[in-house]
Amino acid sequence: QGNGQGGREQGHKCDQLPGNRDITNPEHRAAVASVWGCDVDEIPGKGLTAQEIMDAIHAGEIKGLLSICFNPAVSLPDTNFTAAALDKLEFYAAIDFFMSESAEHADIVLAGSLHEEDEGTSTTVEGRVVKINAAVTPPGEARRDTDIILDLAQRLGRGHYFEFDSNEAVFDELRRASHGGTADYTGITWQRVEDEMGVFWPCPEIGHPGTPRLYENGVFAHPDTKARFHAVTYRPPAEVADAEYPVWLTTGRVVSQYLSGTQTRRIGPLVAQYPEPLLEIHPILAGEHGIADGDRVRVTSRRASMTVPAKVVTTIRPDTVFIPYHWAGSRAANQLTQRALDPLSKIPEFKVSAVRLERVGSGADTTDVRDMELRTGDVDAAGQP
Amino acid sequence: MSVGPVGHGELFFVVDPSRCIGCRACVQACEECGTHRGRTMIHLDEVDRAHTTQTVPMVCMHCADPTCAEVCPADAIKQNEDGVVQSALKPRCIGCSNCVLACPFGVPKMQTDLDMMMKCDMCYDRTSIGLAPMCASVCPSQALWFGNAATWDATRRGVLVDAWLFGRQHVRTKVRVVVDDASAGPVDVLAGAALGDWRDDPFGIAELEGAM
Repeated sequence: QGNGQGGREQGHKCDQLPGNRDITNPEHRAAVASVWGCDVDEIPGKGLTAQEIMDAIHAGEIKGLLSICFNPAVSLPDTNFTAAALDKLEFYAAIDFFMSESAEHADIVLAGSLHEEDEGTSTTVEGRVVKINAAVTPPGEARRDTDIILDLAQRLGRGHYFEFDSNEAVFDELRRASHGGTADYTGITWQRVEDEMGVFWPCPEIGHPGTPRLYENGVFAHPDTKARFHAVTYRPPAEVADAEYPVWLTTGRVVSQYLSGTQTRRIGPLVAQYPEPLLEIHPILAGEHGIADGDRVRVTSRRASMTVPAKVVTTIRPDTVFIPYHWAGSRAANQLTQRALDPLSKIPEFKVSAVRLERVGSGADTTDVRDMELRTGDVDAAGQP
Repeated sequence: MSVGPVGHGELFFVVDPSRCIGCRACVQACEECGTHRGRTMIHLDEVDRAHTTQTVPMVCMHCADPTCAEVCPADAIKQNEDGVVQSALKPRCIGCSNCVLACPFGVPKMQTDLDMMMKCDMCYDRTSIGLAPMCASVCPSQALWFGNAATWDATRRGVLVDAWLFGRQHVRTKVRVVVDDASAGPVDVLAGAALGDWRDDPFGIAELEGAM
């Protein structure tokens, strides 16, 4: 996700091609095919998004999967559904830098590289291409991701399309493939990126300075140069709080953990900063359930149930609870969430599901006064009333 | 103006608590220092988490006249010529906690397993050669800032104070803190005690209306 911007605009999305192009557009396909030196029909059509892949596995339509740096066992909604899908695959190969919870399901695991071990570029949300430089080499038998991909291409009989002797050579082909698209990297070289602290696309020619701000002087990319505003009709979420599951659940992040935690749950000080998921809950809602700060609470949705300690704060709505999602297995917030997708973007509705709450006990490291047998009133020297 | 004179080009440290987002990058960075790995000298205070996400970073304020040094029976706390107050000297510190009790800001911490006090020394190995302290170098919102007056004036807003009143003790600090209104004089920690619970008027609207 760190290079979500740069990846998508150069074809890392199942419906895109380099330069922000559309994989179903015949002109776009022809332009890219001519750079890649392949027949235009060898370029696949629109593929499936991440959640749709899991659905297709369950439907028996997908039997084999190769993934790279992908941990759906934590990051996709309804983790039980995902785990079943990964187990149902006839073949699953995972390229990753650590043994993630998803890689545990794989038949073959190929040890890949972290960005600290690799060289390339990343594109920021402002369209600035910046350089990533390797600080260390992959340990043991781990290999750079690029080398794994090139090796696989060779073994699959496509080596002639992948004759690159360096990561920079790959980038240079990418620049040519993006030429003419909106995310045009033609004039962006690694040297310029280093010298100029990043170069902004579009940069359609060698020597072009790059474009720090799009649409300056009010000239937008549509033929009439005007911007478009799209009215959106409100649709309710796929799952709403109701009599059976009366509390809204939203999920999100904490600052010390990153995505599915494959890297950050291995770093001691980051784990110490926020060791386990907590249930953020408003005092009014907590009071209705007899929950005090630190109490363990069972949170149940239509998919699953998990027990988390409560963090009672007024910085959340009284009808909503929050659980961060970076943990796995019994601590995965996504075991509770539902699989509805946005009709356009196909992003799952992680942020809205319906749950019910039940206090199951006091915090593990506190002695709760409600659990103590206390006598009140006068006692004598021997402790007798 | 309460800010003490700053030499031309002199580098100083500023804390702007309103910019703190509670990420604790400062704590993580401080903990990486080899001389005290795993122990942070900067502390991130949650003001009142039950009611607000506001946090405040606490560094040593490097007082002009450090109370900690004054009360140390072993003369273990030294101050450099440029005003930076060092942490306790290891051969001298007897672990008595006088400094811990005396510091008006509550900065020195007793490291019980070492039987010694340790505190922020403004990363003197860095600041003495013009590099920002580790915490200021990683702070994403620049709530922790290190630089000279010209850069501050050119790039930041906010009034800097370095004068404090703790009861009858006047304290002048090398570290500056950003406040709303410097004309109110030194930061008086006892002021407003009669105004009641801050949660009744968290944005000080009654105070503003009273002043208008």
